[in-house]
Amino acid sequence: MSTSERDHERGDQRERTSHGSFGEYGGQYVPEAVMPALQELEDAYERYVLENEDGFMDEFRERLRDFGGRPTPLQRADRLSERYGREIYLKREDLVHGGAHKLNNALGQVLLAKYMGKERIVAETGAGQHGTATAMAAAHLDVPCEIYMGRTDVNRQRPNVYRMRMNGAQVNPVDAGSGTLKEAINETMRDWSTTVETSHYVIGSVVGPHPFPAMVRDFQAVISDEAREQLLESAGRLPDTVIACAGGGSNTMGAFDAFIPDADVDLVAVEAGGSSLEIDEGDGIAPNSATLSTGSDGVLHGAMTKLLQSDDGQIMESHSVSAGLDYAGVGPELSHLVETGRVRPVNVDDETALEAFHRLSTLEGIIPALESSHALGYLERAAGPAAKTSNEQHAQEAAEEGLGDLVVVNVSGRGDKDLETVLEETEARDLAAAPDVEVFDS
Amino acid sequence: MSDDRDDSSDRPAVDSEIEAAIYENHPALIAYITAGDPSLEDTKAYVEALDRGGADLIELGLPFSEPIAEGPTIQGAINRALAAGTTPAGFFDLVDGLETDAPLLVMTYYNMLLQFGAEADVRPFVERAADAGISGVIVPDLPAEEAEPLCAACDEFGLDVVFIVAPTTEGDRLETIMSRASGFVYVQARLGTTGARADVSSATHDSLERLEGHSDVPKAVGFGVSKGDHAAEIVEAGADGVIVGSALVDIVAAHGSDGDAPAAADLEEKARELKAGAERAAADADATDGEQERTPEPEHP
Repeated sequence: MSTSERDHERGDQRERTSHGSFGEYGGQYVPEAVMPALQELEDAYERYVLENEDGFMDEFRERLRDFGGRPTPLQRADRLSERYGREIYLKREDLVHGGAHKLNNALGQVLLAKYMGKERIVAETGAGQHGTATAMAAAHLDVPCEIYMGRTDVNRQRPNVYRMRMNGAQVNPVDAGSGTLKEAINETMRDWSTTVETSHYVIGSVVGPHPFPAMVRDFQAVISDEAREQLLESAGRLPDTVIACAGGGSNTMGAFDAFIPDADVDLVAVEAGGSSLEIDEGDGIAPNSATLSTGSDGVLHGAMTKLLQSDDGQIMESHSVSAGLDYAGVGPELSHLVETGRVRPVNVDDETALEAFHRLSTLEGIIPALESSHALGYLERAAGPAAKTSNEQHAQEAAEEGLGDLVVVNVSGRGDKDLETVLEETEARDLAAAPDVEVFDS
Repeated sequence: MSDDRDDSSDRPAVDSEIEAAIYENHPALIAYITAGDPSLEDTKAYVEALDRGGADLIELGLPFSEPIAEGPTIQGAINRALAAGTTPAGFFDLVDGLETDAPLLVMTYYNMLLQFGAEADVRPFVERAADAGISGVIVPDLPAEEAEPLCAACDEFGLDVVFIVAPTTEGDRLETIMSRASGFVYVQARLGTTGARADVSSATHDSLERLEGHSDVPKAVGFGVSKGDHAAEIVEAGADGVIVGSALVDIVAAHGSDGDAPAAADLEEKARELKAGAERAAADADATDGEQERTPEPEHP
């Protein structure tokens, strides 16, 4: 099926309008200087992505295959299946070139920028996975590239900073605020509003002004397109539940998109519960990044969506042990899907995610990104041994949530980048699933 | 003050306080500072100083945590204001107590309007702004396409919505913006973010030329203006007003915690310099016009 046919089929579900809104969410809230660039991008998106003009999508898919290593496997996880008493399948986005789903979008956008005749790429990055993917795609397609990254994230994601530099990108640390994704986005917006005539801003998630949320979703939809087909082939039926972690929401939308019309498939977005769901209004700090679960409507970074904000409208500093989920906003389409009840938002805390990180590493020989560990942590909470036996609340939750017999979990990326954080955080806690990490101290 | 535009009979009657202030004081000085930097009490003294120094309109920034259109200078001011605990309620209390000749505008980001009062509705903010005596709003992350709710609320309460025209704004979008503009059109002198610069961008001349014939609404130029000479250059290029922000915020920042009196004196002096620059250019233009009428260019053999 062509992209435009697929798009047509799903069009009703999305309630998309010409202004790029998803119900009451979305829109274009940006400085005037970049509005013409958004119109230019909207036009390019419609022509190249939706209509496959000049064979754009054909080239994109070919490069995803040959450079990106797609399709990724949908692997039946034997020991997880045994542990949870149901069929667990892992969509292995950690096997995409670069180690995360981020390449799908970065490659699509850098290629689109080339088709549009743009001379330079700017991008923001949180955990560094998007920056890495963008730097790789820019090197692959021979376009100069500059990446903004919060200082805190530079410090906690050094391997990715090195990788970006290796691929020839310039990495600019951002010192403002808490030095995480939100500040990096602000700084990239500023660069873009200065260089908008020659630069393309590769936004890293399904966030930002229209057409970014729709376009990034379309580039990431390859995840669920493949998973749906692979599962029909191997299991002969659709899954009962698809689970994906949600920060900005690009792997989430990618994992859900093809299943949205399948009303019987439960779609679960797992957010970062951080250390607590309580918010300290006085300090303007949310010790979590659970925007869909606890946020309220507002405008941030170009779109109307759900946000972590104070009563006065100031955006909160968020927190997650996973740099990739540490963001006070979320994609507008996800806000809409949650609002309409199609997607169920849940959250797990830092500790649950760390446990899940170690569990998958030990049981399946896959070291997952801390982002993906949140999705796996939810699986444990809803269907693990504790849920079945000791914890009444969780057992009840699992029963109510009814994950079903066939579950797909999107492993959005691999965890090599997170090892330093994991060692540090593991040492500070008493985690049942963790190996002895003291050996790394010397 | 001596400009002849205010008694021009072919100009339509002006019911906007902002337009009236610009026409009456042509060429106008529009001064920006961030409210709450370093405190709301200081802001009161600074606004009054700018008013004494000759600012014809005063733009007060209501700080928002993610100011994507601002450069480092104003972002710094916003951070200081937020650290000092500036809230929308405190902001409006400040404005309630201000007595200035210059009409006031509020400049802030869209989320601040949406969160005031009922969730995701701008009307309570606009109503409160009108109560406080504010004459107009500028929202840098609200393009004309998304501005209908704000325009409707501002129409209801008699406030102007000032739109920004960037060097990249052309064609249909320019038409749309100009047709909705009221108060004045904010002509962004260059691409990028706010911040004092060493020179006036050549894009200013092109931008003002592009706006010719679109609307009677006054045109004011900002982004990078820091000196009287810049103001003069902008007025020479045909602007009705000069917008200055970062250069004033720099003065506030430079004084740190040395009390409000010296900062206020410097702000007043800076406003005088800028206003004098604008007026000098206007006077030169008048003189040149007059001269040209009296003594036509000698013909060369």
